[in-house]
Amino acid sequence: MKAPKLSVGQEIPPLVKRPIDRTQLVRYAGASGDFNRIHFDEPFAREAGHPSVIAHGMLAAAFFGQLLCDWVGPTSVRRLSVRFKSITYPGDVVTCRGQILELRNENEHRAVELRVWCEKQDGTVTAEGNATVVIR
Amino acid sequence: MIDRSFLGRTSEPVVWHVERGHVRAFAAAIGDANPIYYDDEAAVAAGLPGIPAPPTFPVALRPRDVREGMAIDWRKLLHGEQSYTFRRPLFVGDRVSVVARIADISEKRGKSGTMDVLVIETTGTDVVGGQVLFVGRSTTLVRR
Repeated sequence: MKAPKLSVGQEIPPLVKRPIDRTQLVRYAGASGDFNRIHFDEPFAREAGHPSVIAHGMLAAAFFGQLLCDWVGPTSVRRLSVRFKSITYPGDVVTCRGQILELRNENEHRAVELRVWCEKQDGTVTAEGNATVVIR
Repeated sequence: MIDRSFLGRTSEPVVWHVERGHVRAFAAAIGDANPIYYDDEAAVAAGLPGIPAPPTFPVALRPRDVREGMAIDWRKLLHGEQSYTFRRPLFVGDRVSVVARIADISEKRGKSGTMDVLVIETTGTDVVGGQVLFVGRSTTLVRR
């Protein structure tokens, strides 16, 4: 997939996810093999000091993957680095965004460095990171 | 406090087959409806050799747990950071040998007290070609 004209500072099309719910967390636990009970066992999560079960950090990382693939296609992502900043709970609506930091020519490819971040409905950043994609 | 003697511990490899049902379940769980993850024809029409896996699918190809014996309290564990480098996407039909290594053990003093910091590096190697397909680096924080 060819991306349109790119420039440093440009934002890529955002990805708005539907509200996180417990069913999604259970499905993600099963599909990813992360069975930490904090993601599906309410009493366990409360005992750990949370108001409810919490979303997997890696769910936000997966959203970044989708953000990038929706933009430049599935074969372009070379690096994704994510820092988890705050917790996402069922009911939260998250939006993932990306901004171009740097453009480089590498052989026949064009490498794009991006800043990516994921924010909740109230603007809280839940995860942020950096990514490298290559475009032919 | 995590015993630093665990540093460098490496797991026995696990060979994972990238299966279409698993990719489908993963894509559905993350709420990604892109037909390339569900349908061969859609993948081929997109110029791909087959059904790819989403970028963070390697998380599902779990290595053997190298944290055994570390006595970690799961209620106090938080995933701090995760990074991946990818040679290419994984495709349905790939066979990947996955190994984990304890890459670093340290401690960090923060606002909420001292935490143990555990870095685990996971490497996925193509069983057929021998090339490294992905390297993941996971940083977890354990509150004391």
